[in-house]
Amino acid sequence: MKSKKWIAMLLAGGQGSRLGELTTGLAKPAVPFGGKYRIIDFPLSNCTHSGIDTVGVLTQYQPLVLNHYVGNGRPWDLDRNFGGVSVLPPYQGKDGGEWYAGTANAVYQNIQYIDHYDPEYVLVLSGDHIYKMDYSKMFKYHVEKNAQATIAVIEVPWSEASRFGLMNTDDEDKISEFEEKPADPKSNLASMGVYLFDWKLLKQYLIEDEHDPFSTKDFGKDIIPKILGDGKNLYAYRFEGYWKDVGTVESLWEAHMDLLNDIPGFDLNDPHWKFYAGNANHAPQYISSEANITQSLVNEGCIVHGTINHSVLSYNVHVGKNTTIKDSVIMPNVKIGNNVTINNAIIASDICIEDGAEIGSSSPAAEITVIGDAENISYVATNEKSRIK
Amino acid sequence: MDNVIGVINLVNEKQYLKELTSHRCLSAVPFGGRYRLIDFIMSNFIHADITKVAVFTKEKYRSIMDHLGSGKEWDLDRRNGGLFILPPTHPDELIKGDLQQFHDHIEFFLRSPEDTVVISPGHHVCKMDFQEIVEYHKESCADITVIYKDFDGEPVDKPIYHKYSIQNDGRVKNIELYTSPEQGESVGLETFVIKKDLLIEIIKTCCENGEYDFLKDGVKANLHHLKVNSYHYKGYFPFIHSISSFYKSNMDFLNPELAQAFFYDTWDIYTKIKHEAPVKYSISSKVSNSLVANGCDIEGTVENSIIFRGVKIRKGAVVKNSIIMQKGEINEGTYVENVITDKQVKITSEQVVIGDSIPRIVKKADVV
Repeated sequence: MKSKKWIAMLLAGGQGSRLGELTTGLAKPAVPFGGKYRIIDFPLSNCTHSGIDTVGVLTQYQPLVLNHYVGNGRPWDLDRNFGGVSVLPPYQGKDGGEWYAGTANAVYQNIQYIDHYDPEYVLVLSGDHIYKMDYSKMFKYHVEKNAQATIAVIEVPWSEASRFGLMNTDDEDKISEFEEKPADPKSNLASMGVYLFDWKLLKQYLIEDEHDPFSTKDFGKDIIPKILGDGKNLYAYRFEGYWKDVGTVESLWEAHMDLLNDIPGFDLNDPHWKFYAGNANHAPQYISSEANITQSLVNEGCIVHGTINHSVLSYNVHVGKNTTIKDSVIMPNVKIGNNVTINNAIIASDICIEDGAEIGSSSPAAEITVIGDAENISYVATNEKSRIK
Repeated sequence: MDNVIGVINLVNEKQYLKELTSHRCLSAVPFGGRYRLIDFIMSNFIHADITKVAVFTKEKYRSIMDHLGSGKEWDLDRRNGGLFILPPTHPDELIKGDLQQFHDHIEFFLRSPEDTVVISPGHHVCKMDFQEIVEYHKESCADITVIYKDFDGEPVDKPIYHKYSIQNDGRVKNIELYTSPEQGESVGLETFVIKKDLLIEIIKTCCENGEYDFLKDGVKANLHHLKVNSYHYKGYFPFIHSISSFYKSNMDFLNPELAQAFFYDTWDIYTKIKHEAPVKYSISSKVSNSLVANGCDIEGTVENSIIFRGVKIRKGAVVKNSIIMQKGEINEGTYVENVITDKQVKITSEQVVIGDSIPRIVKKADVV
């Protein structure tokens, strides 16, 4: 059987606890984004456009939605006879089985899967970032630099640098030091969680790391520092463009707001780089004569009678008369009644909001209100800023 | 339904829609913001679990083949059954009638184990429940069941519809071909349920005798020795036979009750998925009473209109009472009213394009 030049391993097992109620019933990569997508659509679509036709999706936390969604990979053109997408949950073997103990352990447990394709290179991705990236350019760079491992980095503002894993590099962008969230940053090149490895090298490090009792079995904390410590050729690949970690409620909300300017921070509607999504069949949206929509993204399946300003409406959202939604993200299948006011909020899927409800605060200093679970409306009612009838 | 074949018969299509059908067949005409006409019958078949569908194409079928592809949007990419596209076998010769083309592909019917066939044109916008219709057909022990509706369309200037005389017991007494029906008269929808063996027999016998029209030579000629029963369809069904009736039936969907009943309260209508982003509204956009499909970028004003996928409406542009098909571009300061623009039309800035009671059509990929 022929072998693959490169394959991708997508880490999609994270719980995303900082997204609170949005991830009660589904894994972080399955969280809806941008009105029609789920977060995992971004790395998967990037793979398709970069010419990667084999992707292992490592799942663990609440995998039901994700497994069903990824399916045989058809929306991303990843339904292939040899390769394509494979969902890889933890499994039981002859000597027992165990949960994925960390990102590195998750890939370690799937060495057999990777070896089946006998790739020269393995790209490791995470399922919690919104970005548009041509991995083939990084691949070219990796080969040109004769690198053994390459880490994609993005310049972040110095003021925020200490929130990230940072790469200190020499003039050639060879990495000399890796610091995880340092108090006093020496660099502003942040790791994007996109790693390209020579597979032989990575396999060796995964096996060694697995036998290290002090390891946390994590790419950032264990594998990268060990490769660096052994003086291997580790390079930083500078990515220019939009990249956002949407691991918190605030950053998820901000990433949505980035879509809304007339010249958006991140353009979903690039005909040469479409983002693919499952469940894409809905009726056209109906905008009534009472409606008023400005600076917003509205998906198919919506029926809008109210005022929508600077917000994102996902598919099958119905908005009643005299309702105002501002600076908010409404996830799929939400039904909103008449005379409702929603400000600075994220409303999770399948929620029904009754007539006259007031959600969120219009004060710029207010935190983002999350309505995450229909059963949890008492949480909102006790919140002084919000009230649901 | 295991035992049913769906046949979509495009052989009898007429060029009612002028410029809109100059480069595509009638069933491939875009409709309702993101569909093509054929999506409705395809989705009705799928809803009735008819999982073997044959499309008999006659001419200008590139776009329909591109649209249907492997049939996967309708779950028709199957190992057993699935989608069959059956074009003319002798493209140099004039097709004498639908029976001739059924005859040229008679192998398809002979090889199929199913015992019942539903035949329908490809351009009907309706939600017809074929599960119910086939059950009705079987319970009534009819040889053929024809589907009709009380005519409620715009008056026709040419005799194009077939009138049925129905007895009290539902049997069809007579069929008057090519008439101009009055309001309320029973008009055939060229939709039939028939036993497969009988269909094969009709195809063979008629073609041997030089008869090639299924309705005339297969159904009407056999009214006396076959049990031809009727099914009265009463749901929403626009008679589309002119630009103005096509325009009006699109606009019907701006009625929220109809849109709700048609798109949300019953089964889904599937179409080819284009993976377009959600609609982007800018700070200057003003949209009211309109249907908008994904991939659109709206900076201007849109009223009482249907906007297909991937349309750009620039700042200061005004679109009223119009249908803008896929990838149209209406530039700055342009005023468009009572117009149907076909796909990929570009209207440059500061133009005024106005139709009258019969909408003006701008042909595919034209620049105005």
